[in-house]
Amino acid sequence: MSENTYEVRDLRRDYVGRTVLSLPSLTVREGERLALVGPSGAGKSTLLRLLNFLEPPTAGSIRFRGQEVPIGMAPIELRRQVTTVFQRPVLLDADVTTNVCYGLRLRGLRRDAQVRVLLERVGLGPLMRSPARRLSAGEMQRVALARALLVEPRVLLLDEPTANLDPYNVGLIEEIVGEHCRQHGTTVILVTHNIFQAKRLAERTGLMLSGEIVELGVTKDFFESPRDPRTAAFLRGDIVG
Amino acid sequence: MDDFWTSLVQALRLIVSGDPILRGIILLSLQVSGGALAITVALGIPIGAVLGLRRVFGRGLITALLYTGMGLPPVVVGLAVYMLLSRSGPMGSLHWLFTPSAMIFAQTIIAFPLVAGLTMTAVRSVDPDLRLQARALGATSIQEAWAVLREARLGVVAAIVAAFGAVISEVGAVMLVGGNIAGKTRVLTTAIMLETRQGEFELALALGVILLALSFAANLAMLSLQGRSRE
Repeated sequence: MSENTYEVRDLRRDYVGRTVLSLPSLTVREGERLALVGPSGAGKSTLLRLLNFLEPPTAGSIRFRGQEVPIGMAPIELRRQVTTVFQRPVLLDADVTTNVCYGLRLRGLRRDAQVRVLLERVGLGPLMRSPARRLSAGEMQRVALARALLVEPRVLLLDEPTANLDPYNVGLIEEIVGEHCRQHGTTVILVTHNIFQAKRLAERTGLMLSGEIVELGVTKDFFESPRDPRTAAFLRGDIVG
Repeated sequence: MDDFWTSLVQALRLIVSGDPILRGIILLSLQVSGGALAITVALGIPIGAVLGLRRVFGRGLITALLYTGMGLPPVVVGLAVYMLLSRSGPMGSLHWLFTPSAMIFAQTIIAFPLVAGLTMTAVRSVDPDLRLQARALGATSIQEAWAVLREARLGVVAAIVAAFGAVISEVGAVMLVGGNIAGKTRVLTTAIMLETRQGEFELALALGVILLALSFAANLAMLSLQGRSRE
């Protein structure tokens, strides 16, 4: 088995004739926690959709765990190794347990004991029979996170998972993600506006601007001694783009 | 008001007496409208779902046609089906005219735009990000479509209720293609028409009460199903 989760080459994504993502190369190692920061419209979410095989690239290639992914729709067994927690949790019109088990149900699996443990861990044990859409924003995001973790993905993609959440929920979600991924060796790619979150969670951090990764390095170096002046400007809070 | 209560009493008396002619009429009404509804649901829900989920060629035109079809006058449908099934018509060889099959055929045409159109609208109103989320969790295209359809279930049940209401209460089409033949194609609506013409208002009103009660019971059953799926 390859030591790399992703090997991306000359990846490009165009929308209506406009290139929104252009990535000459990107390698993500197995079990690595990578953060991508950058302003809105930098192509971060587009990259996550391509890495979750939710849409095909316009050009270029993605090797996933040593296997070349065919352009177009990736095989289901490959797609099921990756999942995304989006900024806005989209839940089914059903109770918490049904929502949390949705990914498992798609795979024809049942893990009742694990569901209970996970629901307790994310602080939703007492709400397991509550209608999911009546929960608070933080609780809904925890349902979405539990649903993603329950399928034990090889790769967890987090697209601004804690935007607009209170500090308690941010802390809890970061703690659960960190703990789960250490235990299971899951590869995590986090997209965030919150540079402090990147600092807390990621081993490597990259800055994306206008569809390109302008700098990618070890998190400590990225924050303490950025090589690119645009990274330094972004970290200072200046407008870059 | 007195007439109404008298009719209500007569309706109850008719039901309790177990009159075989009335029983035949009620059974045929349910058979024809139920049959039409079953065919419509089998065809209309998948077609409505596909139209709601996919960007098919000519979707705008199809939508306009379906919405127009929702207001089709039953008597016009009856006329068209009559011409299709008449001996010289393109489907004359089926020998369906003045049979329950012709009535089911006509009522299916009336109900189809309602079920397909309202299902399409219900599916389109589901959060578009749900599909992306389902796919991100590993759903196949069929599982993805099913997730959307499940979320649209309240609208789909409303479509079925509307279609049942339309077919059980229509008279124009069944009269034209069924012919209101006693013991063969007479249903509640055509029987009401006949009794009214003959001046038997009490009996006509009694049949009307039975029709309303049937419609009410069917809708209540579907709405309770809707309520249960919501829980």
